[in-house]
Amino acid sequence: MSQTTVDQVTEPGYTAARDRPPTGTTGPWGWARANLFSSWWSTAVTLLLGYLILRFAVSFVAWALINAVWTVPFSPQGVPNTAVCQNAKGIGACWAILPDKYRLILLGRYPYDQQWRPAICVVLFVTLYGISAMRQFWRKELVLIWIGTLGAVGVLMWGGVLGMPLVTEDQWGGLPITLILATFGLAAAFPLSVLVALGRRSTSLPAVKMLCVLYVELIRGVPLVAVLFMASVMFPLFMPDGVNIDKLLRAQVAFILFTGAYLAEVVRGGLQSLPKGQAEAADALGLSYWKKTGFIILPQALRMVIPPLVNTFIGSFKDTSLVLIIGLFDLLTMGTVALSDPPWQSFSTEVYLTLAVIYFVFCFAMSKYSRGLERELARAHRR
Amino acid sequence: MQGFPAPDLHARTVGHNDEGGHALAMSGTTADPRLIAARAVPKKALRMSWSDPRFRAIFWQIVIVGIVALIVWYLIGNTNRNLAARHIATGFAFLGRVAGIPIGESLIQYNPAIDTFGRALVIGILNTLKVAVIGVVLATILGTLVGVGRLSSNWLLSKITAVYVETLRDIPLLLQLLFWYALLEALPAPRQALHIGSLIFLCNRGIRVPELVWESADTWALVAFLVGAAGTWLWNRYARQRQEATGRRPAVWPVALLLLIALPLAVWGLLGAPTAVELPVLHGFNFQGGGVISPEYFTLLLGLVLYTATYISEIVRSGIQAVSLGQWEAGGALGLGRGAVLRRIVLPQALRVIVPPMTSQYLNLTKNSSLAIYIGYQDVMSIANTTLNQTGQAIEGIAYIMAVYLTISLSISLFMNWYNARIALVER
Repeated sequence: MSQTTVDQVTEPGYTAARDRPPTGTTGPWGWARANLFSSWWSTAVTLLLGYLILRFAVSFVAWALINAVWTVPFSPQGVPNTAVCQNAKGIGACWAILPDKYRLILLGRYPYDQQWRPAICVVLFVTLYGISAMRQFWRKELVLIWIGTLGAVGVLMWGGVLGMPLVTEDQWGGLPITLILATFGLAAAFPLSVLVALGRRSTSLPAVKMLCVLYVELIRGVPLVAVLFMASVMFPLFMPDGVNIDKLLRAQVAFILFTGAYLAEVVRGGLQSLPKGQAEAADALGLSYWKKTGFIILPQALRMVIPPLVNTFIGSFKDTSLVLIIGLFDLLTMGTVALSDPPWQSFSTEVYLTLAVIYFVFCFAMSKYSRGLERELARAHRR
Repeated sequence: MQGFPAPDLHARTVGHNDEGGHALAMSGTTADPRLIAARAVPKKALRMSWSDPRFRAIFWQIVIVGIVALIVWYLIGNTNRNLAARHIATGFAFLGRVAGIPIGESLIQYNPAIDTFGRALVIGILNTLKVAVIGVVLATILGTLVGVGRLSSNWLLSKITAVYVETLRDIPLLLQLLFWYALLEALPAPRQALHIGSLIFLCNRGIRVPELVWESADTWALVAFLVGAAGTWLWNRYARQRQEATGRRPAVWPVALLLLIALPLAVWGLLGAPTAVELPVLHGFNFQGGGVISPEYFTLLLGLVLYTATYISEIVRSGIQAVSLGQWEAGGALGLGRGAVLRRIVLPQALRVIVPPMTSQYLNLTKNSSLAIYIGYQDVMSIANTTLNQTGQAIEGIAYIMAVYLTISLSISLFMNWYNARIALVER
């Protein structure tokens, strides 16, 4: 298809009348001719797609904006009267569910007057991502920033100090749970994955290498649902009598083990892409294994794997939604909880679309960043 | 170099490193044995000292493996005590017990009143395979179309496909599945079902389609098709041998047409060409007859295909882009048509880039099919979960889940590795 546009530009005889561009090759009309109607096939595709998009856009705007219901009356007991919404079903969206339920969906069943604490945690997490994305912060101090932020999140969520009442994990929910699972998962899985990747690359320790291969391949061979399931069913069996691990920690451990296996492969890719001469030069200087790894190999290898690392993080951010199966109240689960309220039961489309937008904003921002970084690093690498 | 005994000088320069010298010694040239002996790494006995790297390696391996073994031993001990406290006997004896689990859809006969847990678990595997195999095929087709569409010179097409890919990739699959499932459940009841020409009905009980009544003539036609496929394969092999021997390739397509289409049709026609079709008919509150696609299966398939196709399209796109434009031009310069260039030059090169990441997408789709448990499609996870809840055999249930997924994953990996090795660039 690209062939035809090339032909048009280099048509013979075209150069002769060079003074003025021929009409119909420049301006919006020329652009449309080159990009929308360059052949009969292209024209057909444009017309068909244009028709479908217009139809969809019109009906979507009518449903989501024009015919939508924005507020519903509440009874003195606080029960919404959704008759208006029921009448508009199929014609207009019922956005009235959002003002009623947004705090439940976003922050879960956290005590209502204390909800500023999880809200600050969400802000902290987003700031942490922002700082980690900036290249001037790619230094050892970043580790301290992560530890400090995660510690602050723990203090804020649990409380029990500084005059904040204690809130146990079973009351947490919504966006903070999603962010906690993904971020703590990454923070703990990262060192694990570096060790496993180094173990898998090891030539002098065949037994350790075998253990690492076994771990990575076992975890990568089964779905996350199975790992979560295992964590929820097997952990109580693994623990000695009287020790009870709560659901959040179980899910968190499952996440760390799962993410660790995938990250280990990412880190291994980085280690493999490093020229052998780097390690040999370090050996020639007489550096010990850990000095060689810490000062020469890892700083270069990890820099290269940042884009795939971000992609793994996006994956695990999306995967947090699976904790629905073990009854943990993450963002998606809170959405379904909000929908289980009888007056709102049949308005799942509205809630799911809202959740989709939240997930999308996070994931799209990260993937955009990772792709930009990939290009930048590739350029720096070529030079 | 095989036939000529290399001069000694050459042996010295080539055999600069150990490997080269070794190879020359193997091929029977006149390398000085003393030289090889001098170059070989001296073998030292293992010293029981910290300064010997081999001693350190062995020490650390024993320490690490020991720690792991201790942890495993501790966990197994705890598990045994816990199981004893709960009076759960381990073992697979429960597989022979009557299951009593109702299963909505299954490829084999199943009656919850008489059939065993073992059979129920087999149904789980079949259901997983049913969604995974069809999902892989559909996702590949859709992903390829979208990937090619994104490279289209038509601005609208490339933008639409880009929006599709960017949006669906960044929304969790589970959310998408719940969304589609809710939409499907909001479809009208069977009495007001949406329909396409009174043949295909869409309602909240699933999709009803006309079903061909399977008769022995159809079975024979299928057998004829398989025989024809084997024949085509043999003819293709013969054609390749002829081409290699004589440079002329006998035409394959007339034989393929004859064996793959004409032969089954002839068998089918000779046996009476039965064309009985069972149509779905509204009967009371639901449809009777015809084939049925359950809402759960349809949702899962739709979600998996739409989600995985976004990743596949990116792989296809990068694969096509990896083949430089010069390859097209060179093919054209040789006088090949556009189709021939695509088939013989561009695609074989693009496939080399495409196949390895595609393998991991197929694996992902298969593993993601375990999300079936959230929408009530009874796959491996779902049936294992029910079994586990009813029998309390947690360890056996988990072992079954792990075994099934690992087997599927390994099979796909092995097959795709074999395929990748077949199409890989053969260098010298």
